[in-house]
Amino acid sequence: MMRFLLLFSRQGKLRLQKWFTPITEREKKKIIRDMTTLVLARQPRSCNFLQWKDLKIIYKRYASLYFCLAVENQENELLALEVIHRYVELLDKYFGNVCELDIIFNFEKAYFILDEFLMGGEIQETSKQMVNRSIEASDMLQEDDSSEWYEVELFG
Amino acid sequence: MSDVVEKTLTALPSLLSLDSQPGSAKLSSTAKLGNLIRGITELTSKHEEEKLIQHELASIKEQVSSPNTTMRQMRELMVRAVYCEMLGYEASFSYIHAIKLAQQGNVLEKRVGYLAVSLFLNESHELLLLLVNTVLKDLQSTNLIEVCMALTVVCQIFPKDMIPVILPIVEEKLNHPKEIIRRKAVLALHKFYLIAPNQVQHIHNKFRKALCDKDPGVMTASLHIYLQLIQENAEAYKDLTASFVTILKQVVGGKLPMDFNYHSVPAPWLQIQLLRILSLLGKNDQRTSEVMYEVLDESLRRAEMNHNITYAILYECVKCVYTIHPKSELLEKAAKCIGNFVLSPKINLKYLGLKALTYVVQQDPKLALQHQMTIIECLDHSDVIIKRETLELLFRITNAQNVTVIVEKMLDFLRLSKDDHMTIDIVGKVAELAEKYAPDNEWFIQTMNAVFSLGGDMMQPEIPNGFLKLLSEGFDSEEEDRKLRLFAVSSYISLLQGEPSKLPQRFLQVICWVLGEYSFLKEDLEPSVVLGLLTKLLDMKSSSSETKSWVLVAMTKLCWSEAAVSEAQQVAETYSSSFDTTLRQRAQELQHLSRDSQLHSRVLPPGGRLEPDEVDSSLSFLDGFVSEALSAGAAPYKPLHQRQEELSRSKVLSLEPYGLSLPISTSSCSITDRQSPTLLSTSSGLSGDGTDFSHRGSSTTLRLDGVKRVWGREGYLAQKKPVEEVAQVEVPSPLRSPSQQGDANSCRSKTPTPTANPECDQEKQQLASSLFGGLSSQSSVCLMEKSEPDIQRFRRKAKGQRSSSTTNEQRANPTVSSASAVDNLLCNNLLEADTEPINSSAKQTFQHPHSLSVANGACDAEAILTDGDPKERNQPLSSEDFVEADDSPPREDQERSKDSCLTPHLPAELSGFSHSEIIPLCSSQSLDLSACHVQTDNSVVLVVFITNTSEDANLQIQVLSEELEVFCVCESPVEEVRGRSVSVRQYSLTVKMPLVHFELVGMLSYSIPAGMPQAMMQFSYKLPLTSFIRPLTVSTEEYGSMWLAFSHDTKQNLTLIKEEREPLTATLNALNKKLSLHVVEIIGVEGLVACSLLQDQPCLMHCRVHAGRLAVWLRSPVPDLPDCLLYHCQRALQEP
Repeated sequence: MMRFLLLFSRQGKLRLQKWFTPITEREKKKIIRDMTTLVLARQPRSCNFLQWKDLKIIYKRYASLYFCLAVENQENELLALEVIHRYVELLDKYFGNVCELDIIFNFEKAYFILDEFLMGGEIQETSKQMVNRSIEASDMLQEDDSSEWYEVELFG
Repeated sequence: MSDVVEKTLTALPSLLSLDSQPGSAKLSSTAKLGNLIRGITELTSKHEEEKLIQHELASIKEQVSSPNTTMRQMRELMVRAVYCEMLGYEASFSYIHAIKLAQQGNVLEKRVGYLAVSLFLNESHELLLLLVNTVLKDLQSTNLIEVCMALTVVCQIFPKDMIPVILPIVEEKLNHPKEIIRRKAVLALHKFYLIAPNQVQHIHNKFRKALCDKDPGVMTASLHIYLQLIQENAEAYKDLTASFVTILKQVVGGKLPMDFNYHSVPAPWLQIQLLRILSLLGKNDQRTSEVMYEVLDESLRRAEMNHNITYAILYECVKCVYTIHPKSELLEKAAKCIGNFVLSPKINLKYLGLKALTYVVQQDPKLALQHQMTIIECLDHSDVIIKRETLELLFRITNAQNVTVIVEKMLDFLRLSKDDHMTIDIVGKVAELAEKYAPDNEWFIQTMNAVFSLGGDMMQPEIPNGFLKLLSEGFDSEEEDRKLRLFAVSSYISLLQGEPSKLPQRFLQVICWVLGEYSFLKEDLEPSVVLGLLTKLLDMKSSSSETKSWVLVAMTKLCWSEAAVSEAQQVAETYSSSFDTTLRQRAQELQHLSRDSQLHSRVLPPGGRLEPDEVDSSLSFLDGFVSEALSAGAAPYKPLHQRQEELSRSKVLSLEPYGLSLPISTSSCSITDRQSPTLLSTSSGLSGDGTDFSHRGSSTTLRLDGVKRVWGREGYLAQKKPVEEVAQVEVPSPLRSPSQQGDANSCRSKTPTPTANPECDQEKQQLASSLFGGLSSQSSVCLMEKSEPDIQRFRRKAKGQRSSSTTNEQRANPTVSSASAVDNLLCNNLLEADTEPINSSAKQTFQHPHSLSVANGACDAEAILTDGDPKERNQPLSSEDFVEADDSPPREDQERSKDSCLTPHLPAELSGFSHSEIIPLCSSQSLDLSACHVQTDNSVVLVVFITNTSEDANLQIQVLSEELEVFCVCESPVEEVRGRSVSVRQYSLTVKMPLVHFELVGMLSYSIPAGMPQAMMQFSYKLPLTSFIRPLTVSTEEYGSMWLAFSHDTKQNLTLIKEEREPLTATLNALNKKLSLHVVEIIGVEGLVACSLLQDQPCLMHCRVHAGRLAVWLRSPVPDLPDCLLYHCQRALQEP
């Protein structure tokens, strides 16, 4: 089972956090701090897995953004790496050539996509089409709103 | 491209509106968020950011609480609040508004509301209760998106206590027509199971339904639950093995829709989930494992594409192959896979390869040998993670021969490690190895010194405790013990002479204790010198007060010489006015004991004490005191918890003092009670605070109690083994015969070493031989002496042995076990056939065969007729008659002989089996036909008796049935029957198709006397299905796999036998008695029953007590059999 997923920038700024098990605010802050220092300190060509306390940390860098997923010890590390990758693919499909700014300005969308993809710390839907379909189904209700959040493109 | 254009176009109007109406409510939400974000990025200092955010939060706060804010604006405000929280600023004022938004908003606003709630609150937040109603409402909404959102939020965050409120609705969603809803519902139930397993206990069969869902997504989701359930209890789900295998086969075979592909690999997540489930099911279970060999082979074969995801599957496959009952072919393939991983240039794969090696190395140490050079390279890898994994692997292959090298490597790693968690872990491992395999005293002490100084104060307290325990208890040889202690003392003296301020506190405490106990062993060492060194520790600023108290205790032990006494008294002087009560206590002790040398030698006899004090944890020596006190009117003692309970019950202000803060190393005090400063410190607490004497006293004894269990007189249980092992290791290995060593060498030389340039590899080769030397010999030993368990060297050896190519043994096993199973089966059957009629009630159809056997033995198959009244003769005998007949033949010989001779008797070969009553079929003037059926183990025999009361006759009988196959045992259909005799015909019956009752129709043509014209008689005979039913003895696992394989089933509710205590057991026993069904197992409210129609047509019955009735579910490969059997079950249970 997955425990948490963090997205942070190269500067260590948090972009997205998802906790799959109940954790107190204080612990969250500590974990975020630990993760950013641990992951950012890694050499470029090293292995994508880390051991942190009793958890496995799987991280991957996409452009300026680090994806950092913590799973339980017996989980398959490579598969976790593919979970990250699939999430990136989903973001990419939704935003179209996704960049960090998309996620900064539309972080709530990134959360919605994540919620369709993972649920309760387990994979829910692995199909790109299906995830997008359910996201779009909700977006359709957005009426004139749809125009607003695309502004990012102009700012970006 | 077109996307971008479209986006830009759609963005235009809002951009315009932004220009035309600046600052209006129409200002787009992201613009505001965007402004904020951009504002932040422009800032240079943290301080400025804080100011900006606080300002932002203030404005959000103002707006959310304004009554004029629309839901839509609220949504935008929530997004901004979430953003501020993500940056680490608290926005708790917005929590309630997030809940309100989820409650009142339209779908879009709701979505943001739910998101904000799940980000803001955690599961124990009190505001969450306000969400329950909203979730409940949305779950019941007709809008699918709302239902989806509610299920998502339930999965993410929901108060545990409120689960019962929504559980029925979530359960209901399992039947929802939309698969996405079903899938989310399954995942929500999974989540419930994780946080409150007892609440979803009752819906286990719904999980099964989800597993069989036609949508693969729902099925996949249900596997999460199954993985969890199987982890907890694999036995209960063995019956699903075949289904999981089938699913995996289909997935691997590409039978799923393309949607499930991931980079053209079919449903990898599903595959891996299934592999994990299978490995749990097949673990230590050969039968189950055999079911999955084929699909594992297929998976290994199919996953060949060069992509991460296929490697992920392969890795899981390999793990599964090595977890389940081994099969040499698969192991070979898996080993090759591991090789590919280890040798891969990709670092992630290398890492997994090492992990896999670590996982399998106990079973297959040769595999590590094959990759020794890679392993050595990984030891020096720049990535610390790889290094660490390599050490883990080496840890698993450590033995007495390579221990020094491996421990050295681990210590090297520790010296560089910065991660506390890793340090603690590896320090523990080094200590373990050192205790287990230490080659000599010197090395052991030095290694432990390194452990203590590197592990510092983070390491588990068990390590120093175990070490001290080891020293104090010693091994078998006194001399060895002395040497070890002596060496420890000298090593510590030199450490203290160096720079003791750099040593961790824990280490100093160990040193103090050892010096206090054993420094007398070093004859040239004056106690005053030691005292001097110890005094330095007291003066050190870095010493904690706990360490200081250890120092003082050590001093107390040491002050038996003149010079020492004066020094000690000085110290005692200083510390008797310390602020620390514990230290003051210690100082007092030191002072008193150093003054009174007689007392000192009585309390702390010089030369150490070999026997530890006996701890009488029951405090029986106080019995007299207690009874005296009680008789004097004292209140009886109540244990701590009872007092606390009473206190809390009386709800008065608790006057209990704060919990006694014992130093961390409470257990360390247990070596002997008097030597430990910590324990004494409790008693010092006692004297310092006399208000609650009995309470404190009891708490100390309680602690002692706990301690005793670990450390007691018979030794520290967990450490006992290592002690022995070290003792064994101490003897260097001349035990190994030269031939074995030769073997080892040849094995070593045989192993391939994939290296190119010799000069730099020289060193590595050397390292390799020192690392893997012991291993290779060990594996060869393993091969030769497979039956001898080598537990001491390798703790988890059991598995290794099994896999270490003792294939013969494995092959032999199944036959043995199956043979014994057959034996069992036979035995059981016989037993049941024997005992069952005895138990049965008088009214039953069957009679005990034994009652007949005596008579049969006497008159064999035919009986000569002496006299005749056919009517009377043919009256079926009741069982009482039989008993009488058995008992009294000699007495009533005359009268009886008439009857008994014309009484039909069963043929001798059938007399041992149970049979039905003999009933008359038809009769004519001179002929009487009667019949019964006999149930043998594998058939039912119809026995027809023809009683001829007149002259010789010719007979011809035909017996027919549509549903039964009738086979006449006698050769010729025509038979001559002599006058005044009974002729017996046997027909063996087998079932063509099951029916509730079978009817046989018979035709008898006869001519009396022979040669006269023929006459005809028709008769019919009925027998129930139950005659053909035999108990089927199967194990629960077999039952499980059979259950899945059978296609014909039926369900019904039956009445339970009214019995207060165990109605299920009573009911099943009744079924067992009346219908001879075999009760496989009773698990709680469920019962498994098995039987078969004669030998080869099984029928399984699953019973569950539900609402005062017995819900039964029958399954069989034979059509109609479940229905027919059900009828009989019903009848059997209705009868009183």
